[in-house]
Amino acid sequence: MSTLVFLEHHGDELLKGSLGVLAKAATLGEGDVAGVVIGSGVRPLADAAATFGAAKVYVADDEQLEAPLPQPRVDVIAQLVRDKGIDTVLFGNSVLAADIAAALAARLDAGINWDLVDLVQQDGKLVGKRPALQDSVYVDVGWTTEPRIALFRSGSFDPNEQGGSAEVEDVQVVLEDFSTAARMVDQAHEESEGPSIEDAPVIVAGGRGLGGPENFTLVEELAKALGGAVGATRAVVDAGWYPYATQVGQTGKTVAPKLYIACGISGAIQHKVGMQSSGVIVAINKDTNAPIFEFSDLGVVGDVHEVVPKLTELVKQRKSS
Amino acid sequence: MKIAVCVKQIPEGNSRIDPGTKRLDRGGEGALNAFDANAVEEALRLKDSTGEGEVVLLSLGPAKAQDALRKALAMGADRAVLISDDAAAGSDLVATSYTLAKALEREGADVVLFGQQAGDSDGAVLWAAVADRLRLPVVSQAAAITHADGKLTVKRQTEFGYDVIEAPLPAVVAVSDAINEPRYPSLKGIMGAKSKPQETVTLADLGVEADRAGEQGSRTEVYALNDPPARGDSMKIDDDGNAAQAIFDFLAEKRLV
Amino acid sequence: MTKPADFPPPFRTADYVAAPSDPPEERIDVGVLIVGAGPAGLACGIRLGQLLEDASEVRERLGEVPVAILEKGKQAGSHLLSGAVVNPRSLRRLFKGRKRLDEMPFYGPVEHESVYFLTNKSALRIPAPPTMKNEGNYVASLSRLGRWLAEQAEEAGAMLLPETAAEKLLVSDGRARGVRTGDKGRGRDGQPLGNFEPGSDLVAKVTVLAEGTQGHLTGVALERFGLTGENPQVWALGVKEVWKVKRPLDRVIHTLGWPLRPGSKFREFGGSFIYPMGEDMLTLGMVVGLDYRDVELSVHDLLQELKTHPLVRKLLDGGERVAWGAKTIPEGGFLALPKQLHAPGLLIVGDGAGLVNVPALKGIHYAIESGRLAAEAAFASLQRGQTPATPGALAGYDETLRESFVWKDLQEVRNMRPAFGRGLIFGGALAGAMTATKGRFPRRDLRLERDADIDLIRTDRAKSYPAPDGKLTFDKLSSVFASGNKTRDDQPNHIVLQREVTQDIALLWERMCPAQVYEATETGVDVTPSNCVQCGAITAKGGRLTPPEGGSGPEYTLT
Repeated sequence: MSTLVFLEHHGDELLKGSLGVLAKAATLGEGDVAGVVIGSGVRPLADAAATFGAAKVYVADDEQLEAPLPQPRVDVIAQLVRDKGIDTVLFGNSVLAADIAAALAARLDAGINWDLVDLVQQDGKLVGKRPALQDSVYVDVGWTTEPRIALFRSGSFDPNEQGGSAEVEDVQVVLEDFSTAARMVDQAHEESEGPSIEDAPVIVAGGRGLGGPENFTLVEELAKALGGAVGATRAVVDAGWYPYATQVGQTGKTVAPKLYIACGISGAIQHKVGMQSSGVIVAINKDTNAPIFEFSDLGVVGDVHEVVPKLTELVKQRKSS
Repeated sequence: MKIAVCVKQIPEGNSRIDPGTKRLDRGGEGALNAFDANAVEEALRLKDSTGEGEVVLLSLGPAKAQDALRKALAMGADRAVLISDDAAAGSDLVATSYTLAKALEREGADVVLFGQQAGDSDGAVLWAAVADRLRLPVVSQAAAITHADGKLTVKRQTEFGYDVIEAPLPAVVAVSDAINEPRYPSLKGIMGAKSKPQETVTLADLGVEADRAGEQGSRTEVYALNDPPARGDSMKIDDDGNAAQAIFDFLAEKRLV
Repeated sequence: MTKPADFPPPFRTADYVAAPSDPPEERIDVGVLIVGAGPAGLACGIRLGQLLEDASEVRERLGEVPVAILEKGKQAGSHLLSGAVVNPRSLRRLFKGRKRLDEMPFYGPVEHESVYFLTNKSALRIPAPPTMKNEGNYVASLSRLGRWLAEQAEEAGAMLLPETAAEKLLVSDGRARGVRTGDKGRGRDGQPLGNFEPGSDLVAKVTVLAEGTQGHLTGVALERFGLTGENPQVWALGVKEVWKVKRPLDRVIHTLGWPLRPGSKFREFGGSFIYPMGEDMLTLGMVVGLDYRDVELSVHDLLQELKTHPLVRKLLDGGERVAWGAKTIPEGGFLALPKQLHAPGLLIVGDGAGLVNVPALKGIHYAIESGRLAAEAAFASLQRGQTPATPGALAGYDETLRESFVWKDLQEVRNMRPAFGRGLIFGGALAGAMTATKGRFPRRDLRLERDADIDLIRTDRAKSYPAPDGKLTFDKLSSVFASGNKTRDDQPNHIVLQREVTQDIALLWERMCPAQVYEATETGVDVTPSNCVQCGAITAKGGRLTPPEGGSGPEYTLT
């Protein structure tokens, strides 16, 4: 098996998601695992990739690849797959990676399975595990031909920094004319107000158990300390405590952050379906019978007004140390 | 300006996976996918902004897909093309993107729009594959689109903030649900939808070879359905003054702080 | 204690009646406008289509859209809910020579039936009252039947307009002209949002109100045209679930007794039904008259309690709930019928008119027959070259209805329900006497009292409601979810209600509502309108339900 992992970067850092996929690829234990880094002035990233488990790193370094646009990257990867006989290409989900992976499937006439949370060898085949129907069912999916393309749900795996070095190979960049038609006019800057609820890796949400709109400051402080966004339940939005744009749930937004902290939220199904795919769910509620405790990873029966500020303090302390 | 919108019908009510085919059971009544409604709305706005043009809907699905198309026609789209063929059943992304690309070639649209995410399992990343087959520039996660001088300026929403990308026409764009609030069809629109041109085509009509569609044309397969793994041990503690520390330790252990 | 009638809702009929106001180029003209895609409305549309097949001059007079059917739900069937065991008589007549019964979406004929009297632990089999014999009848999901009827109506040429609420009755010169549809895209405070779409005037030669129980414009029309009868209408609330089960049920079951209390002071009239739906599903429901007195009574919770009975538990063992819903049933029968069901340019059909045979638990076949008769009356008037809006032009509907089996059946059982207002034992005896004499006893009709006028009492009934376990018993919010309700939250409140009420009234509403719309607070009651499944119970008990934005509410498919 010859595996290639797309290593995405932002600024001068490789993204955690990609490095996690790299770690996963290494554990599959079959054949060579290589990473590919694509951009402009990205050679230093190759060394970083080595310390996270890549035995080999391909580097496509070209001015034309500066902007994080998908189509030129498809050209590079497709060429690499053909030239090096790669049979498996892995991606960690992101806006960019999803576009590359899908276009690559079309380019190579290769099967693609996406939204995977795991990949295993089973009965001599490579099998992907894919949640479906709001994560109520897991589907085993596979490929009928090679090369195989897999796109993993973001945060499925942890990076494994093990040190080491890798063989680095430069690749020649030949781009299709249509690949350079789209042009980046202005590249994203860091958001000044904190992440939007759709993209936030952490969401701290408040419900009626907060007691009143003024107590949403507790939620806001914790969200800020964790670098996350603020969410709200339908009940408090109805009551006018917080804006509708932050409503999480069946008739609001569906979110799947790595961490969801529910403060004073009972966990009615209308809310649950909006956040149940979150990586880790922590719930704080006074009522030991609140349904949220049935699907939270850590449940605290307690007073949010006591617990939340203390937690915020602890997080701030850790950040500053 | 001709704008094509790729629309997908999803089953109404509770979706379920057919234990026989292991694919989504499309047997129920259908509705217009909420994200596609954003795409249809954006198409209508683009058409309005240029003062002329045509919005044509494309959908690949069973005959029932007409319902979703009718709703989009009621919103103001001009024409619908339904690609309906038993041989297309079981198409994965490779096969679906091939078929759609053929249909879009036939239309020759200036702009091809997709909704960012289908409510069901298929098609969530379709647009990039279709764009590659058409050899057209593609921009996804569009939160705003403007059109001037033969090109589109797209505000793309990423994890890091907003990019601004320019693409010359013809181009493929996938719109996010942040881009607009879809209009309600007016009563006149609903009543007029029925008499708008609705064409049904087969794979043969599009020149799609039998081995490029359906299961034959697919490169992936489904093996089995399983219950999801248990969420892992769920812990529940009472606050004795130390709950905050317990939460913090829990998060630290999971490397979330 | 206070009564709900002490807090009348600030509802004014005049607010929902208007003259057409859209300029001519925006106004929409149709031939016959039917409000409601339920069995009555769809039967009307189907029959009109049949009659228009061979009547091209009449069809021309009706214009480009000869028959339009409005439906406030997402699609036909989304707001339809019933038991149901259907008497196929009206369907046979409607589809004579065109469709056979085996082409209709039934779950099979009724083969066996049992009636039980329940206590909390036992089930005593009792002989089925003669009014409840179901031989020759078929089990159906009304929602599914509605979808099928809608297909037939469209094939017959009717234009179905779903997600469209009829908000106002258009009246000018004392004649019904059509309806004004509801606005879409308003925010919580009524402000127009970015995608605001105003309603339209839909003008028609004949308007048929087929809105079902607690029909909004039906209530408005009865008042506006002075059609209400001597007795007020009264209602029951039905809450039901559909379950996937391991073993098929082989019979239709009705129960009386537990969990309802027999004493006359409680006024708990009703019972439950359990019907098989094919090999792998069944439906069960609890129906209770809304003239109950106990503030703590909750029909939803009574249904949950019912499921813990050994007889029922066994049937559901190993199964899972796949649907839930609630709806009111007009129970006044013959005595509560309006004095007339037509007005200039207007016809009223189905449950909205109150055409329900309570002892037999039948209303669907009357709805269908009334829809068919309404179609014939409208057609006859148009064929005669009349303007249906002329006073008296549609009187043929009332005439033929009075000659039909609908009238005869209802008349025979007219005193059953008021009898049961006196409690199960005494009521049962009265009912027995009525059946034996085919309605000739009693000589003087019993009177009906308005549900909102009933004196309230308070017991600790709620103590024995089972705590929801999420497998056999369920709470209200997860049930609302199971109804498919995904109503947009950011909408004006569609329930007209006084908010500053006594604690008793607030608690009454909190318990009564199967969808947890009302919540008692310190000052009165809070309302979460997006939970509403539009069952209509609130209108019987002191408030007034009006239709929310079209497309809102439940999305029933199996009820």
